[in-house]
Amino acid sequence: MASKPKDVLFDPVFKNNPIALQILGICSALAVTSKMETTVVMCIAVIFVVAFSNAAVALIRHQIPSSIRIIVQMTIIASLVILVDQFLRAYLFDISKQLSVFVGLIITNCIVMGRAEGFAMKNNVKDSFLDGIGNGLGYSFILLAVGFVRELFGSGKLFGYEIAKVTTDGGWYVPNGLMLLPPSAFFLIGLLIWIIRTAYPDQVEEA
Amino acid sequence: MPRDSTKHTFLVATILCLVCSLVVSGAAVGLRQKQQANKELDKKTNILSVAGLYREGDSVDEQWEKVTPRLIDLATGEPVDPQMIDPESYDQRKAASDPSMSVEIPAEHPLPGIKRRGKYAEVYEIYDGGRLDQVVLPIYGKGLWSTLWGFISLDSDFNTIRGLTFYEHGETPGLGGEVDNPDWKQQWKSKIAYDDSGDVQIEVVKGAAPQGSDSQVDGLSGATITARGVSALVQYWLGEDGFGPYLDRQRSNGGQDGQ
Repeated sequence: MASKPKDVLFDPVFKNNPIALQILGICSALAVTSKMETTVVMCIAVIFVVAFSNAAVALIRHQIPSSIRIIVQMTIIASLVILVDQFLRAYLFDISKQLSVFVGLIITNCIVMGRAEGFAMKNNVKDSFLDGIGNGLGYSFILLAVGFVRELFGSGKLFGYEIAKVTTDGGWYVPNGLMLLPPSAFFLIGLLIWIIRTAYPDQVEEA
Repeated sequence: MPRDSTKHTFLVATILCLVCSLVVSGAAVGLRQKQQANKELDKKTNILSVAGLYREGDSVDEQWEKVTPRLIDLATGEPVDPQMIDPESYDQRKAASDPSMSVEIPAEHPLPGIKRRGKYAEVYEIYDGGRLDQVVLPIYGKGLWSTLWGFISLDSDFNTIRGLTFYEHGETPGLGGEVDNPDWKQQWKSKIAYDDSGDVQIEVVKGAAPQGSDSQVDGLSGATITARGVSALVQYWLGEDGFGPYLDRQRSNGGQDGQ
């Protein structure tokens, strides 16, 4: 496990992506990716929470009694998520309105919990922090890719700016309504997993 | 002290809880003022924009000066004595779940999916040079996934719709979420809410509304249930159990009330 900091940081983006390889955190990947703006804020929030919860868990890993370790991790994660939620409500009110419950649901995002239990409990603070950022970036990479496709084909926009004028506003582009519905994220994530596993064939599981 | 002893477990749990609760409550208290200011500003912006008065860039508080909020009793349409209920602290949403502050919604005037509503509601009268110009009414009701919260603005004839907007909902973006589409909202403008006998006639139809209709609004494709919900909630709030008594009272006063 004790590898170079650079590997700890960047491995989770492609080689060991939390969504594509570990298949964690799919739920929020479906829910918040219909628009780029909300996707970006969600990604930043997740990076913040994973990084700091990992660091906090690693900091007290020698003190945490194993009988209550999951509860301890949950408490730390939940506190951080509430912090993010409060902050968004104060400074990014419009976006926090759109993200609504999904910020709160970062608590149940398997990536956060998975990294705290799987990495931070066994590694030092610095590596854990980097691992958190790395996994957050890995999550963000997939989310941004999915959000890009969904917003572009679903509403003809990117970050709310018009790319293709849709027919309901008198333009030529007939938006693909499926892209706006959560199931489309499944197809897109599936395609991404296919691409990543073609590039890294060792990720393919034995049938 | 061994790591897994009962004593140590309790100690860790206690310290962790203390630290976390300090962080969380610190953030909540420290940011509360800013959050409330945001909420208030958002509400004012929505009211001004449904009234067609909102100019981006100008100070909202300055634009707000034209607006007179008034807490009214929905059953009688009379303004409520501020001594009895403080308009500042009255929250229509909270009131709906407080038995002493709410009433059941009758079956003959249904608001689908919602059983009780607050007794009082805050309306926003907008004056222009001492004359009542329009009145903005808060409305809400269920769509497909969520409760839609919004405002409708009526002209001083209390019949012509000046605008409709929803400031909070959780409908599917691109489908039910199209209630936010400016083109769709634009259709509500100049529609006539009541027919000759005083019944609510405005409705959202399925598909396209007949050309030139003054009482029908296009449906939202792919969002039949949201559209139906919007139709039902507008009809409820403009009807007898909603703002009907208030609007009747205003009509008989010729809109001169309170100025």
